[in-house]
Amino acid sequence: MSRRRVGVALLALAWSVSLAVLGPLQAQDLTRGKAVYDRWCAGCHGETGAGDGEAMTYMLPRPRDFRRAVYQVRTTATGGLPTDADLMRVVDEGMPGTTMPGWRTRLSEAERRDVVAHIKSFSRFFEGENPTPLAFGKAPRLTAEGLVEGERWYRELECFKCHGDAGRGDGPSAPTLTDDWNQPIRAADLTRGWNFNGGASVEQIYRRLRTGLDGTPMPSFSDAVEGEILTEEQLWRVAQWVHSLSPERPPVREVIRAPRLDGALPSGPEDSAWAAIPPAWVPLVGQIVIKPRWFAPRVDGLWVRAAHDGQTLAVLVAWSDPSRSPDATWQEWIDGVAGAMTDADGPVPTTQGPDRLHVQVPLRPPEGLERPYFLGGDPRRPTYQWQWTSAPDAVREGRGTGLGAFTASATTTVQHAAVFADGEWRVQFARALAPADTAAAPAFPVGEAVPMAFYAADGSDGEDERRGAVSAWYAIYLDVPTPPRVYVAPVLAVLVTAGLGGLVVVRAQRRARST
Amino acid sequence: MRAAWLAIGTMVAVGCGGGGEQAASGGGETATQTAVAPLGTGTISGIVMFTGTPPANPPIDMREEPHCAAMYGGNPTDPVVMVKDGHLANVFVRVTGGLPAGPYPKPAKDPEIDQQGCLYHPRVLGVMTGQALQIHNSDSLLHNIKAVPTTNRGFNVSQPRAGMTREHVFTAPEIMVPFECNVHGWMKAYVGVVDHPYFAVSGENGAFTIGGLPPGTYRLEAWHEKYGTKTVEVTIGADGQGSVTFTYAAS
Repeated sequence: MSRRRVGVALLALAWSVSLAVLGPLQAQDLTRGKAVYDRWCAGCHGETGAGDGEAMTYMLPRPRDFRRAVYQVRTTATGGLPTDADLMRVVDEGMPGTTMPGWRTRLSEAERRDVVAHIKSFSRFFEGENPTPLAFGKAPRLTAEGLVEGERWYRELECFKCHGDAGRGDGPSAPTLTDDWNQPIRAADLTRGWNFNGGASVEQIYRRLRTGLDGTPMPSFSDAVEGEILTEEQLWRVAQWVHSLSPERPPVREVIRAPRLDGALPSGPEDSAWAAIPPAWVPLVGQIVIKPRWFAPRVDGLWVRAAHDGQTLAVLVAWSDPSRSPDATWQEWIDGVAGAMTDADGPVPTTQGPDRLHVQVPLRPPEGLERPYFLGGDPRRPTYQWQWTSAPDAVREGRGTGLGAFTASATTTVQHAAVFADGEWRVQFARALAPADTAAAPAFPVGEAVPMAFYAADGSDGEDERRGAVSAWYAIYLDVPTPPRVYVAPVLAVLVTAGLGGLVVVRAQRRARST
Repeated sequence: MRAAWLAIGTMVAVGCGGGGEQAASGGGETATQTAVAPLGTGTISGIVMFTGTPPANPPIDMREEPHCAAMYGGNPTDPVVMVKDGHLANVFVRVTGGLPAGPYPKPAKDPEIDQQGCLYHPRVLGVMTGQALQIHNSDSLLHNIKAVPTTNRGFNVSQPRAGMTREHVFTAPEIMVPFECNVHGWMKAYVGVVDHPYFAVSGENGAFTIGGLPPGTYRLEAWHEKYGTKTVEVTIGADGQGSVTFTYAAS
């Protein structure tokens, strides 16, 4: 029974829950709702709705405790109960940035309605209540001046205290934040709109500003509007400004394209030349294969740019991390994370390590589709890795045969430069395309896709060489310089065609004359 | 400018209130008849003693808010255990037994809590169910006020400016409702919600009074955030006076 529960929960985690085929249901049938709940929800939220299902210890933030009826994503005032539509929305869409998946495509509408009714039954607060949504009005037209106004109010209202100057969740109060259940909770990284619990549209952000996210440190700013500290329009401007900090959810492409530059390669992470090269988004997930597993990774993805000049490959990796680890101001945070996550897979370090970024490619060119094991490689198919740490700020280069199984080379051929600012690391690597010793370091051939994978860890978040975030295999492709024949061939073709055409015409004329 | 006056006004109020927490909490003395007649005119006078060496209060890292830090000579501490001459302050005391049936009169004055110098004033207070708690911000910076009750509904509001006030009514008795500011993780307050007006908070001198009671024997419960609860019985005699001592010891 218990194994099945955990199994169900992990299935939900992996977003691989298949559609349950159940019979026709009446709207808001509590018995049916309980059946759906017990099957799909109890593994995390617990049989009695206390948020204490068996998968609980693997999750941060924890599954919601339904007994207190405290809900983040609502259309009602702070302290208010959610409407049925609010609850339905969370069931349908899930909670982005958490382990709660959306169930719209997995359960029928009747099942979802029934489960909402059952969830409400866990709390006496819903008895006889009919919550009413706030009136939110409409967003003003987006203008450049409006965004400036929004940024001004972002600072006036001191949003940066938690969310940071550039919005990456690295404000001075961020390391101390806890939720209503005393678990550490991250200030939202406002440059990652796709992780916003309640959705990333301007309207959704505005609603969160008005209602607050109950159960979290995020307060309601309705009093500031009602007390005429700022107007509704100005609060809308804050929502528009926050919205502007995130790109649309980036598409995941398999290939990181490294264009060939005619001029010099970018000289460092802050070289403006990088801006001309479109970044590839590499999503990361917690390392949950090898113990100790890590279910609450800090780094959710990397922006990767690359370029080469025929001699050298430069790779720039940028990612959000609120701390330059180790950082004493984050000690309280790591203690909290260790307390919350220890039951999952054994003790979590409370001594802060460095931040880490590993970049790996196969040590030997793969034969066919056989690539090394994505977690650092394997003895039969080792990887070649760059392992960067923030403290000391250094790169070790070497051979990997598995997660944590790494042998550094005696000599280093890769150069790097790292910059930390406003909650973001930018690390640039540079290495010759053709190394002197190809047994220790593979070449980067142009015109071929070379498998590449990544690993990242935040040393102030209890993360280390195993507890961290990993990517699947991607590929880096170094553009081939355009060969001269590309330009010559069409001209030749035109000439040959014209010549042949002329020949036909001349022959035809001769034939005409001779007859 | 208005905000500044409010801030000064509140500072004066808090300054007076420092020694007079019992006045602020004076369920008895300040309770006057509203719609319901008082039950009596007797008063319980109490004192909260503390034996042993009180622990040093933990320092607060207030570098994030230099304006607040400056108010404490650069060495702010978290006022968890406030002992003066063997008397313990910030103990919430309420009648838990022996009361005649209600209804009970509501205190005339709304209770108030202020955010000033990045701390709550008072740190411990009582409100009666249905009373409107007045929540002020005297600091010219952002505070959020989050109440995390279990029996009542909570709330989490921002007060980004000095001079802002919010009213909140708790509807169910609850000992205690924690208040916190997440911008300043060190800020904590505790609100005791009681369905009658017979409660008080010990002042700097450890004293408290609960008035408006008829002669009789009552059970009192004291609550301290670090040292927990203690219960005693006290009798108000024909002279209308009852006296009681709670004693907490360093652990």
